[in-house]
Amino acid sequence: MPGTPHIEVCNLTMAYGDFIVQHDLNFVVQKGDIFIIMGGNGCGKTTLMRALVGLQKPAAGTVSYEGEDFWNVSANDQERLKRRFGVMFQGGALWSSLTLAENVALPLHEYTSLPQELVDEIVSFKLALVGLAGFEDFYPAELSGGMRKRAGLARAMALDPDILVVDEPSSGLDPLNARHLDDLILELRDGLGTTIVVVTHELASILSIGSNSIYLDAETHTMIATGNPQQAAQTGDAKVRHFLSRGEL
Amino acid sequence: MIGKQTSDVYESDLQGWQLEKQLRGDQGLEIILAGRWCLDQALPSWEVLKTELGKNDLRRLFFRADQLVAWDTGLLAFLSGVLKFSARHDIEVDCSGLPAGVQHLLNMASVGPEQNIGAGRQSKAGMFSRVGVATIDFCRGFPEMLHFLGEVTLSMGRLLTGRAQFRRSDFWLEVEEVGPRALVIVTVISFLVGLILAYLGADQLRLVGAQIFIADLVAIGMVREVGALMTGIIIAGRTGAAFAAQLGTMQVNEEIDAFRTLGISAIDFLVLPRILALMLMVPLLTLYASFVGMTAGLLVSYFIFDIGFFEYYTETLRALEIKHFMVGLAKGGVYGAMVAYAGCLRGMHCGRSAEAVGEAATSAVVTGILLITIMASLMTIIFYRLGI
Repeated sequence: MPGTPHIEVCNLTMAYGDFIVQHDLNFVVQKGDIFIIMGGNGCGKTTLMRALVGLQKPAAGTVSYEGEDFWNVSANDQERLKRRFGVMFQGGALWSSLTLAENVALPLHEYTSLPQELVDEIVSFKLALVGLAGFEDFYPAELSGGMRKRAGLARAMALDPDILVVDEPSSGLDPLNARHLDDLILELRDGLGTTIVVVTHELASILSIGSNSIYLDAETHTMIATGNPQQAAQTGDAKVRHFLSRGEL
Repeated sequence: MIGKQTSDVYESDLQGWQLEKQLRGDQGLEIILAGRWCLDQALPSWEVLKTELGKNDLRRLFFRADQLVAWDTGLLAFLSGVLKFSARHDIEVDCSGLPAGVQHLLNMASVGPEQNIGAGRQSKAGMFSRVGVATIDFCRGFPEMLHFLGEVTLSMGRLLTGRAQFRRSDFWLEVEEVGPRALVIVTVISFLVGLILAYLGADQLRLVGAQIFIADLVAIGMVREVGALMTGIIIAGRTGAAFAAQLGTMQVNEEIDAFRTLGISAIDFLVLPRILALMLMVPLLTLYASFVGMTAGLLVSYFIFDIGFFEYYTETLRALEIKHFMVGLAKGGVYGAMVAYAGCLRGMHCGRSAEAVGEAATSAVVTGILLITIMASLMTIIFYRLGI
């Protein structure tokens, strides 16, 4: 599976009004990659993520999924493409009027016609995967921030998406939970062949799970490096090495 | 394989899933999975194996998956059901026959860092206990309201002694929001209410040939009661709900906690400017509403009931006394305070979810209108006793 382009980004420019957040981004995410979008605070990581998952139209450039240009296909095709990715938002973005089980089950009810028992089984399995077995009937307001985040991941995985986009997965989690989440991301890639895009600035995650990456620079407003993060830490651009060594290099 | 004794085959179509069972040894069972186990088709529930798994002498479970073509969560959910059942019935499970990815994911699901600490939630209570709980909650609301009233009073005291800290700009922002921005809706509603009053009065007064008294009815009605009441209700729906939603969202974002930790009184900073703004603006709006209502009465009398323009005007002047204006202004001020109090109370006591913000806004409007009505009755009685 690795070696086939899954997401291709061409000359992408994102802006808020006249303010250009990032310009001329070019990169390819291969099938089965764990692709890290990294960069300092305020460099536009989350904005790029929003352009990738169809939440914010870029000012210029294209985002293609297996050759289909997301921003230039019909609304119906966009909906079809959207169904192929799961998104985990920074704060979990759980629907507060639904229990965890209902949160995870909603996409399954909307897009599949599986029997209720199977949906229940899938829901409790997904919650168990993120370490939340037994929390099916809790409302998001009753959980800690880290638990909400993990439940958000369970919901993003509900439909077994081809592409899983996760925004800051480990921020706000304790080291053990962060590690568990990293392991889970690796297992999802290995087991289900999911392509995973991770927006993060957690060094431990970047170096341990990333197979490819881009570094967005907040000063020049464009990407200044791409490639395997471990190699980038050794031999990459000076700015990237500085970032990946917490300012020591 | 030791001693193949029986074999059952479940099978869907050619592209679909296949499930076979084979006894293995005396106490073992082998489950053979083949074909596609993906969610895009109807997959079986693990319960199809319940009878086999439930047999008393079953001690070990094996899997074989060499004919498995594709799998996703569908297979994982099926297997996790089987594993849970086996764990409950002391059946030893050997997963080595499953694909490595499946084994890893099943393993992750069973060794998560926080398994089952949620000891289940209490089951749905019966109708009577729910009614009871709701009643107790409702009664608990009263001390909460009094407590908040006390806090607001203390805050007012700090304001009078010059020790309350809030930003003047916040106060003026609220004044603009409550006053000028509410003018259009107040104009429309008080015009229509004035019109209704004039028609209602004309209909009755015509019977005794005293149509000229429409002017008295509209003038005293609007200035003393209806102007303040309508303005109060408009502001309750418009601004009371907005206060509750603003403060409720601040509560959700822990902004109010941030004030507390800094030792800044959230009541001084957030509630006081809102209450003051409403106490200032609602009387002014009441006055305005009364004039709009009287204008509507004048137009109705002149065009529909043939009462002369100046006739109506002098009759209005004759009917109105300064005390009527005072009563109207006092009511406006009290209603404004009630609406602000209800909105801020519900906002400050809001829960920490989107749903709670909605509840707070609804409850602010209901409480606001309820308080307005109670105060209206009280004040009418008091003013009657005092002969004002």
